[in-house]
Order: sequence, then C-alpha cells, then structure tokens
Amino acid sequence: MNKSGDADHDGSTCVLRARGLRKEYGKAAGLVRAVDGVSLDVDAGQALAVMGPSGCGKSTLLHLLGGLDRPTDGELYLAGQRIDQMGERALARLRRDAIGFVFQAFHLMDELTAVENVELPALLAGRSARAARQRASGLLEQVGLADRASFLPSALSGGQRQRVAVARALANDPLVVLADEPTGNLDSQATLEVLRLFDSLHEAGQTLVVVTHDSRIAATADRLISMRDGAFVDETRLNGGTTGHLGALAGLEG
Amino acid sequence: MQQEVVLAMLAKEPSHGYQLRARLQLALGPLGDAMNAGQIYVTLARLEKAGLVECERAAGLADRPDRKMYALTAAGQQRVAGWLTEVSWPKPDLAEFHLKLIAAAAAGLADPISIVDAQRRELLRRLRDAQRAAMAEPDRSAAGLLLEGIVLRLQADLRWLEACERNWTGRRDPS
Repeated sequence: MNKSGDADHDGSTCVLRARGLRKEYGKAAGLVRAVDGVSLDVDAGQALAVMGPSGCGKSTLLHLLGGLDRPTDGELYLAGQRIDQMGERALARLRRDAIGFVFQAFHLMDELTAVENVELPALLAGRSARAARQRASGLLEQVGLADRASFLPSALSGGQRQRVAVARALANDPLVVLADEPTGNLDSQATLEVLRLFDSLHEAGQTLVVVTHDSRIAATADRLISMRDGAFVDETRLNGGTTGHLGALAGLEG
Repeated sequence: MQQEVVLAMLAKEPSHGYQLRARLQLALGPLGDAMNAGQIYVTLARLEKAGLVECERAAGLADRPDRKMYALTAAGQQRVAGWLTEVSWPKPDLAEFHLKLIAAAAAGLADPISIVDAQRRELLRRLRDAQRAAMAEPDRSAAGLLLEGIVLRLQADLRWLEACERNWTGRRDPS
C-alpha cells in the first residue's frame, strides 16, 4: 500500500505527503495509538476519501494533515514543504492561506451573514475589504447560494450551511480542502447537494481529502482508503470505468 | 443448495455427508433447518459425476451414501479456490457469501478479510456508479428516487461487510 507516490521523488505533483505519521495519547498501559504509522501521497487534483468506523483515527489523521494537531512521530509535507516541525505562528498562517477546512458541524459564525462568513478568511489574510467581498460573492454563486448572501446561518438549511462552509474553505484558494464528515449532519437530499458541490470542485481541479463513515461521499472520490485501528488496511481505486451493473442492481436484468 | 457451498465445506478435510450437513447447520443456525439430508447427498452425487468429488466406501459395509467418505478431487479444489475469490454480487446472496467466509477460514484456503476486502471494493465501485447517476438527476426526478433506493441498499450491504470484517478480524474458524 501507499507506494503510489514513491515513484515521484521530486514531489512536483504531490500536494500532501505523509511518512510514518503517528499520534499517541496517554502513557504506558493507557497508551492509545490513534494514528499508527500512516504514509500517504495526495496528488494535485486528486479526491481522496478515508473511511472507517468511528474511533479508527480518521479525524485525528485529518487534524494532523491540516496542521491542527502535531504528530508524535513521522513527517508531513505540504507542496514539498515540511510542516510537522514548523513554528506555531508560521503553521497558523499556512493553515489560513493554504488549507481549507470543512467540518461536520459547519462551524459558521452565527452572528455573521453568509457572505461575511465566507469573506472572513480572506480578510484575516490581509486582503482588502472590497477584494474579499468580491471573492466571497463569487464563491457563494459557485455553491449556488448567491441569493442567500445576506442570510444568517440560522435562516439556512443544513445543506445550505454546509455549502457556505465549503465556500468559506475556498476563500483563500487553498492547495487542499480537508473535510471531516461533511455530510454527517445532513439528510439524504442535503447530502446530495454537498456531494454535487464536492464533485464540481473536483472537476475544477481542487485537491480534496475527506474523512467519513458515509460511503456515499467516499464512493465519489478517486481513491478510497479503509482505515482501522489507526492504520490503512485497504485501498479502492474508483476512477476506472463503470461496472455496468446498475440495471441489475435495480432488478431490471439478470 | 449451491454446489460450490457443499464443495467448499469439504475443503477442510474428507468428510461424511452427515458431517457436511452438521457444518452447514452450525453456520446457518435456524436458517439451516429447512435443509434436508437428502439435498446434500443429491448434490454430492452430482459433484461426483462431474469429477469434482471422489468417494471412498468403508470395506465390508452396505453401499449406503451415509457410509461414504467424500473428498475433493484436484478439479474440485480448483473450483473451490475460484469460487472463494469470485465476487458474486449484484445478486446479493448473503448466505452464500457468509458460507464462503466460513469455508475459507475452516479450510485455511483464503483469508476471510481479503475476501471481504475484494467484495467491498466491488460494492464501492457499484455505489460510485449509482451515486454518480443520482447526482446527475435533477431534484425530485422519478429516476432519482429509484437510484436513491439502489444507493441505500448498497450502503446496507457495505455496513454488513463492516460487521463481517469485525467478526473475522483476528480469528480463523467460528467453530
């Protein structure tokens, strides 16, 4: 497993690279290896899903990949730059400028409108108010919510809130979007909205990493990695041709 | 009863017909109650005719099927190995898949986890096809509703595979 990136030693197309990533909590008998030696290469434009039951370490892994948490051991590179030993301030800046986060619980600011939420990361990155607003409006249009720009999150449906959160994640043109269970709080129809949005981002060349236990979103990735007990146990490539079994699945043939 | 299931139950060691039946009943629980003894012997006779099974009769005893000891031929072994690795859905036959895992573990022919992995990869590809088709449908389309049904079924199958994986992780034989 995970030999896919070994051929490309220059790292030219590899956006995210992990080697022997480990995260431990506790000590001695209480030691928990939440992430236990994960190596991974995510190429530019790739959509990768990590799937596994709750407690398998996938959220911890995503936090490590996004620099929200420090690994106990191992190496992590973003666009060829090693980030696991980076100073706190530099890392915070990198998170803001180069990584987009999407969470299960949306994490929108309740007192800000949709467009204000989306423009916030650009303002924090030092862009002018005008440029930030322009970018935010464009992103809301991209996620199909131009007519909800002045709504507070409380006036939006779950699916709409998550689409605002995705727009916010894109505010600074991140190298990679990291999503933790993005459909976890959504019903079937809202899930479909978010899946369509992720699909359009993927089509547009955005690099995506999603950790989830929802097989629907996982099945729309290029690569799906199964995770158990902190380690990768299997990988499914999903970017090949169709199986041709849809009709049979519906009971129409065979 | 599918022929391959009976074959696979023989893969562990040469057995009498009643031993095969006991193994199947253990694996199927209440679902195995409907299975009658005759069925196994009919299947065994067919398998023998096809050259997949050979049988030995204990000397000096009456020529009764329940006295015979059945064993796989080389061709039978090959057939079992092929059956274990083949992915049989979209017609989801849960009992067949379940017995496949049990037979693989009992005979040490294949790792049940790798059979689960192969099955999951195939189901995920089908889920991708169904999900892609569903995403391409406009909201509230009639076809979208049908596709949602397919997606939900595949999700249920995948969840059962998770249970299979949990069950077979770190153990070989359920008996």
